[in-house]
Amino acid sequence: MPVQYYIFLSIALFCIGVMGVLMRRNAIIIFMCVELMLNAVNLLMVAFSKMWADAGRVDAGSAQIFVFFIMVVAAAEVAVGLAIIVMVYRNSHSVDINIMNRLKN
Amino acid sequence: MGMSLQQIIFGVLSVISLVSALGVVLSKNPVTSVLCLIVTFFTIAGHYIMLNAQFLAVVHIIVYAGAIMVLFLFVIMLMNLNAEIEPQKRNWLKYAGAISGGAFLVVLLAALREASMPALLPGSNEIGLISNLGKTLFNQYVVPFEVSSILFLSAMVGAVVIGKKEN
Repeated sequence: MPVQYYIFLSIALFCIGVMGVLMRRNAIIIFMCVELMLNAVNLLMVAFSKMWADAGRVDAGSAQIFVFFIMVVAAAEVAVGLAIIVMVYRNSHSVDINIMNRLKN
Repeated sequence: MGMSLQQIIFGVLSVISLVSALGVVLSKNPVTSVLCLIVTFFTIAGHYIMLNAQFLAVVHIIVYAGAIMVLFLFVIMLMNLNAEIEPQKRNWLKYAGAISGGAFLVVLLAALREASMPALLPGSNEIGLISNLGKTLFNQYVVPFEVSSILFLSAMVGAVVIGKKEN
């Protein structure tokens, strides 16, 4: 099975995430689309890990460790990001990202 | 042209994950978006199992479906968001976003269509088992592992500080 299938699937998922970030105004949905993009990259990295392991490389497991670290960073990011969104909601009673332009004044 | 079982499973999982990813973007109700994203994460975990990354599949389900999405769902239900008060962009901005994303998709597909890479073999390998990954993690990546624990601690403190009500 060619690894291109996984590349195309990951690209499609990543671009759906990009479209979501560009099309939506709800901060939580935008955040979820960022998670989707991270997962697309993770999937690609696991596919490449399997590809190089099948090609006989002994250190192909490193890619899976990298995926593990991406998950760690994503979890930390979600904790802080959701705290910020909750704080913005508490101050302005909205999760619309257009109100964030008040930050510049 | 006969399709192997592996390709059939790949196709089914891919279709489900793409449809539910589109559901995340297109659904009006934020709770539906979260549920669609959970379906996407489960299909990605299925892909991990297909790619011999059993440990990552389990961690993915525990971390994403078990922790992160529950957090999202809590926040959305706490704020009582629904489709009526959902903020909408103007239509031309939506079309511009969709066209930009589609153009990006076309560019990446065109760039990588002809790339030549080793194929995935149908057999399984031992690389994703927890013993091999543990050896790699604690031999080569001990320092990043410890740094990530500091990252977690600071994220935890940061979340508490940000979320605290100021008097």
